[in-house]
Amino acid sequence: MTKVAPFVAKEMIPPSAPPASEVGAIKWVRENLFSSIPNAILTLLTLYIIYQALMIVIPWVMNGVWGTEGEGPNSLDECRQQLEGAVGGCFAVIRERWQQLLFGNYPKDELWRPTVAFFGLVLAALPVMFVKLPRNLLIFTGIFPFVTYWLLWGGTIWAPLLFLGMVVLGYIAYSRLVAQSFFMGIIGFVAVVFIGGLYLVGPIANGLHSIIPIGLSSVESREIGGFILNFILGITCVSLSLPLGIVLALGRQSDLPIIKGICVVFIEFIRGVPLITLLFVASVMLAYFLPPDANFDIMVRVIIMITLFAAAYIAEAIRGGLAALPKGQYEAGDSLGLDYWQSMRLIILPQALKISIPSIVNIAIGLFKDTTLVSIISMVDLLGMIQQRIFNTTEWFGVYWELLGFAALLFFIICYGISQYSQWLERQLATDHR
Amino acid sequence: MAMVDQAPPPGFKLSMLINDSRYRGYTFQTIAFIALMCLAAMMVMNAAANLERLGKDISFDFLWQGASYDIYPKLIPFESTDTHFRAAMVGVLNTLLVAFFGCITATIIGVIAGVLRLSNNWLVAKVMSVYVEIFRNVPVLLWILLIMQIVAISFSNPFDFRGEEPTASMVWGAFAFTTLGIYMPAPVWGYGSGVVVITFFLSLGLMWGYSRYRKRRLFETGEMLPGWPVMVALFFLPSLLAFFIMGRPIGLDYPEMGAFTFSGGALIGGPLIALWLALSLYTGAFIAENVRAGILAISKGQTEAAAALGLRPNRTMSLVVLPQALRVIIPPVISQFLNLTKNSSLAAFIGYQEITGTLMGITLNQTGRSFEAVLLGMLIYLMISLLISLLGNLYNSSVKLKER
Repeated sequence: MTKVAPFVAKEMIPPSAPPASEVGAIKWVRENLFSSIPNAILTLLTLYIIYQALMIVIPWVMNGVWGTEGEGPNSLDECRQQLEGAVGGCFAVIRERWQQLLFGNYPKDELWRPTVAFFGLVLAALPVMFVKLPRNLLIFTGIFPFVTYWLLWGGTIWAPLLFLGMVVLGYIAYSRLVAQSFFMGIIGFVAVVFIGGLYLVGPIANGLHSIIPIGLSSVESREIGGFILNFILGITCVSLSLPLGIVLALGRQSDLPIIKGICVVFIEFIRGVPLITLLFVASVMLAYFLPPDANFDIMVRVIIMITLFAAAYIAEAIRGGLAALPKGQYEAGDSLGLDYWQSMRLIILPQALKISIPSIVNIAIGLFKDTTLVSIISMVDLLGMIQQRIFNTTEWFGVYWELLGFAALLFFIICYGISQYSQWLERQLATDHR
Repeated sequence: MAMVDQAPPPGFKLSMLINDSRYRGYTFQTIAFIALMCLAAMMVMNAAANLERLGKDISFDFLWQGASYDIYPKLIPFESTDTHFRAAMVGVLNTLLVAFFGCITATIIGVIAGVLRLSNNWLVAKVMSVYVEIFRNVPVLLWILLIMQIVAISFSNPFDFRGEEPTASMVWGAFAFTTLGIYMPAPVWGYGSGVVVITFFLSLGLMWGYSRYRKRRLFETGEMLPGWPVMVALFFLPSLLAFFIMGRPIGLDYPEMGAFTFSGGALIGGPLIALWLALSLYTGAFIAENVRAGILAISKGQTEAAAALGLRPNRTMSLVVLPQALRVIIPPVISQFLNLTKNSSLAAFIGYQEITGTLMGITLNQTGRSFEAVLLGMLIYLMISLLISLLGNLYNSSVKLKER
């Protein structure tokens, strides 16, 4: 008699699908939006606020009037007629005034010059930003400041060319002297560039220009405005303040009491006052301290003050990096028999700068945003243009949101881009194992 | 191991000033000092020459001349016949006013946004990220101008409150939102109001004492005394009691529409509101990042340990994570407070008259004493900054981890 098993499964029962609430979008929504009652209330409230905000913004953007060159609305009243009472932005102001917003009062026929300079900037920045690009491109980065100066301000080509020559001469002096000591090399470089730049470039350039006149029409500093002014100030001041900031940070960390004292007082003084007061100094006070016959351009004075301002902050960022390095690194340099400058240049600074990249980038972004303050001393940057030149015209009186929104968008794109780049760079440079 | 003979101390040679590390430091310092002195001397000589050429001198006498302009708002009495010095003081107080309230609201906004950015509610976390990124990446001046516009557009013209059928009306009959600012009831301090105020502060002290007593009782006996009901009672009851015993000495002066303008009440100016809001929101975005970084710096083990001890999530946050995170958060937040104070100088763009607007604005233009005014203004800002960082450092050292 065979035993009959009461029940034997002949086939596997397929696993049933998980409940609908545990998969896919529903699960996600339950976990991330409605995990508890307070959370659900918060979600609904946020959704309502977003809905309200979008109901204002979307029609305003979608109905926006851009118009066309020549016929399109050329004043706020014409804009309103075209809108016929509907809600909508009057973006025609941006179409009509974009040259003013971007380039200030730069001569209309010469607008190709800042445009070329801008694309040159992108080309010059690329090899600095991305280490994997061929290093030969850095030569272009080196030439770029001189070319741009000539493009933007015009005048004879010989002056920037000769100045470039002085920098090359300075580099030769540096490479001769650097065998003796790095410090001497730097002194040599600075001496050649300063003496050459101050006393030789001017007369020789004038002489050469009278023989072979090559040049562009000159543009005054006060004609340069709009967004390119923010760009010029931001980029010049950040790149000039980096070396100064490194020197100040090293000075503050040094054992020599007088040098340390000078650096501490300078840094703390600059960090204790708002940028706006330093701009006042540039506009009304700095002229007193300069030689009576020297006639410094307002742009140069502002660049000096913003550079000093940024250098103090960058010095603090680098000091953080220097302090974060383990003491063993300093001792390793000493035990290898390197002198102060060698160990700084080869061991300490490369690591300290890497640590301080995020804070330096934050300072650079902050500085770029702070260049908007120059409109208080009647330099018309993007915001100054909007406030002083467009808000109070009869045609565009009352167009606030479009212009301020446009400015905010420009700044946001650039600052957000830089901060994303800095995060990417941080990941690239991370050498610790995780 | 061979003993190395100590070389006999060599006589001093001039080349040792460069090559011997014992003397080199002195050489460089002397050079730096001389260079600095030369620079200073050059600047002073230039300044003297320039001032002589322009026929000017350096004198602070202008501070004691009549200012002949009015300032709004003023925390101390100020007439247009008062001196420039008093005008500068009013300006300093206005700077401190907006900085003080700005720091408080920026902290509140920053902590809320920072904690919510780590919330497990996806939507809220994203909205907070958008807030932080938008405010961090657009110049603060732009925010000040934008919020000034919002204030100007969303509030109604004071004229609209006039007439038989006003197009605008006051909220609860007490607040009027006008383009000039917000009119609101002002307290009137009658006889005996001092007693009420003192009672209020005493009750604050009582609350502090009670919370300490409650904590000690909890730690010693494990008995938990009632918390917030007692606190609320302590906050309200003594002051209310004193208020009624003294015969209601504190009244409210409501703003009323007169023939042309509002009379009575207190006016909080539009520029002040715009500046305060913009600085709070802008700095709040930075503080939110600091708070987030501080919370993320606390290792997950701490949260898990707290959970293993049976603490509820709220308790974990308030008793375990935040006290530790605070040590990471406070130093950068202090520097954000400093930034906010310095950014308050942007008030000059929208006509809120603080120290940049009075001393370095109207006074400078009236007297032409640009040199002195800018110098004084910078020194005042320097003092305020040093004061804030001093207070911040004191607080920081009190919450710092006490090691060994």
